[in-house]
Amino acid sequence: MLLRILSAIGAFVLRRFEELGTIIMLYGETIRALRHKPRLRHILAQMSHLGVDSLMIVSLTLLFTGVVISLQTADVLIRFGAQGTLGGIVTIAIGRELGPVLVAVVCAGRVGSAITAEIATMKVTEQIDALRVMAVSPVDYLLVPRMLACMIVVPILTVFGDVIGVFGGWLIAVFYKGLTTYSYMNSIHIFAELFDMTGGVIKAIFFGNVIAVLGCYYGLHCPDGAEGVGRATTKTVVASIIVIFLLNAVLTFLLY
Amino acid sequence: MIEFKDVCMRFDDKEALKHISLTIQDGETLAVIGGSGSGKSTFLRLLIGLIKPTSGQILIDGQNIVPMSEAELNKVRLKMGMVFQYSALFDSMTVGENVAFGLREHTKLSDADIKEIVREKLHLVGLDGVENMMPNELSGGMKKRVSLARAIAVEPSIICYDEPSSGLDPLMTEKIDELIINTQKALSVTSIVVTHDMASACRISDRIAMIYEGELIAIDTVERFKKIQDARVQAFFRTLRTVKTEKEDKI
Repeated sequence: MLLRILSAIGAFVLRRFEELGTIIMLYGETIRALRHKPRLRHILAQMSHLGVDSLMIVSLTLLFTGVVISLQTADVLIRFGAQGTLGGIVTIAIGRELGPVLVAVVCAGRVGSAITAEIATMKVTEQIDALRVMAVSPVDYLLVPRMLACMIVVPILTVFGDVIGVFGGWLIAVFYKGLTTYSYMNSIHIFAELFDMTGGVIKAIFFGNVIAVLGCYYGLHCPDGAEGVGRATTKTVVASIIVIFLLNAVLTFLLY
Repeated sequence: MIEFKDVCMRFDDKEALKHISLTIQDGETLAVIGGSGSGKSTFLRLLIGLIKPTSGQILIDGQNIVPMSEAELNKVRLKMGMVFQYSALFDSMTVGENVAFGLREHTKLSDADIKEIVREKLHLVGLDGVENMMPNELSGGMKKRVSLARAIAVEPSIICYDEPSSGLDPLMTEKIDELIINTQKALSVTSIVVTHDMASACRISDRIAMIYEGELIAIDTVERFKKIQDARVQAFFRTLRTVKTEKEDKI
């Protein structure tokens, strides 16, 4: 009995390591393929498809995040007479952590799943094989443009989301808690640094990589059939979110 | 020339192909027949380098493709075209873009020249004026023909067909067969047609090879193949006679 349990655990761990190895190899192959001439038209199309379409959901997520942080912290700060720090607190929280992480989580759901669904459908309808037969590398044609698009788009969305989040905080501070715009902006000026924002952008570049690589990996390795496509999409979202949180902890430790 | 030398293919604990050895001459049309799951599609995927055999050698124009890297294989694949069972057209592209795909990737031809070649190849497969249509607007037979136009656009010397008549009505099957014959005549290509349709195999091929449970049990010219007394081969011919009788009854 004990042996069976141990062997099942061993098999599970081995499978996960095998999967991790394959993902790292695919990532390496994609990085190597970056030296080939970039397909600008494809990259721009992916940026538009994956990025512009996510603008609305990112805006809403960060707007309400800013609103909630401001609501939760304003009362406490006012009680201690520290209302002049509210803008700085909202900016640092959003710029360093909430902005990049929430944008990445939203993109994992919106962009990662779209990448997986598209590539998985291409796989089950033999379009990936057709690419290979026509001597076109799927890594060059599918993975590189998506990875570059994600590496560019996720940081841009993060900066955009940061601004919207800080704006959401300002809305509550000024129109609900009675603070002045000057006090809110001045606290941002005093407490926040540029690196609070750029550090978040650096994180976003890594998160963009994670979303693209996992999206492509689960698309390329999806089991046949419509059910397989659905399962691969779910796996992408779950795995991306886990890796994003894990990576966020590591990057926070290294950056700040 | 294409040579299979003692090729074996195993998936986990299932032996898909067992010690296959055969030679396909330049300009020849070989039909590979066999029932579902016999290993004929695996044969085609091995030939095009989509999978690697467990053992054995596959030589294309004297080059063994088995140990080749993907980049090396791509150079060999430039000589090949393939018509997939379900056409495998890129569904995000128009018909014209599908046919032009290989030309855009591997040649430096101008847009005007590519457009002209696309029009010419589509005309060759009997499809005019469909360049701007999307694949989902086409019927099964039209998709197969576009797939053939895409395969011949880069003027390969070898064309592989995976079940070209599957899912098509008898009239369309005959049209596709005619296309395969005409393409072979017009371009003098080597054609490998994987099919389970015996009537098609007899119509289009110079030789027929039969794979049964992963083994190559017979390979010969059409006329001689019909006379082979092996029960498994004869069973396939009986299906042909049954189909013919049914057709005659209907008429």
